Amino acid sequence: MTCSDFLKELTDYLDDSMDAQTRAELEDHLQWCHNCYVVCNTTKMTIEIYRDSHLYELPDDLRGRLRSAILTKCKCGAAPAESDASSPSAHAEPDK
Amino acid sequence: MGTIQPKVEEPADEISLVHAAKAGDISAFEELVKRYDRNVFRIAQHITQNREDAEDVVQDAFLKAYQNLKNFQEQSKFYTWLVRIAVNEALMRLRRRRPERMVSLDEDIKTEEDSMPREVADWSPNPEQLYTQGELKEILGKTIQGLPPSFRTVFVLRDVEGLSTEETADALDLSIPAVKSRLLRARLQLRERLSKYFKNRTGGDGKK
Repeated sequence: MTCSDFLKELTDYLDDSMDAQTRAELEDHLQWCHNCYVVCNTTKMTIEIYRDSHLYELPDDLRGRLRSAILTKCKCGAAPAESDASSPSAHAEPDK
Repeated sequence: MGTIQPKVEEPADEISLVHAAKAGDISAFEELVKRYDRNVFRIAQHITQNREDAEDVVQDAFLKAYQNLKNFQEQSKFYTWLVRIAVNEALMRLRRRRPERMVSLDEDIKTEEDSMPREVADWSPNPEQLYTQGELKEILGKTIQGLPPSFRTVFVLRDVEGLSTEETADALDLSIPAVKSRLLRARLQLRERLSKYFKNRTGGDGKK
């Protein structure tokens, strides 16, 4: 297995979606190829750091405001079925 | 070496909420909004890279979902269906903002960076400790912003929001090989860029 073969399989390896034999071949490559070991390890850390980063969290006040706006529009606009769409002045509930 | 496992969240009562909302129960729909507004906001912000647009996307996506609930055939999870609507709304905003550059998820873009790693120095064990929360967020934000939208979107759905490969393909209307190819390149390009910040400078063996 070459480094470029390893790279092609990296996503499936990290996602654990491969057969046992391919996995064993990749792990054998990792035993002796330091560069691929580092790339694999730091790619895994890249994913984890983004997953745990809480980048772009929705603040509570904005969340409440958006939810009120959504529900007001839903009540005023077209309903999905035979729902009560007859109260265009209905106000959304305040955020609880 | 451990593997990355997606977060699995599938509330059992979801289908009854969807049925109630379809029948016009607004409080059931409100519960669905509460359940997913944070996820929709994150996805929208990642795609548009603009706070105001992301707020509009959240509103428009949920409104569109409500209006089209009767067309939801329940062949996928409600969340996957909602994500598909939100991604389309976000891409529409992005196209409006950058009309000079076509934004498409179908196109398999060639970037200036190939997938062959250049930075092979190992990282500091705890990159989070090297920076304050604010600094780290800025680095992560700037780094992901540099990816083409099609890579960014696949990475966010798959790795940040924890959708499976199949769900990501379904939400983006892409084939599974296309999702895997974009995901690999997104992961490697982000890794390459973050390595420049986080590589272990003491005794590291990385070379350009």
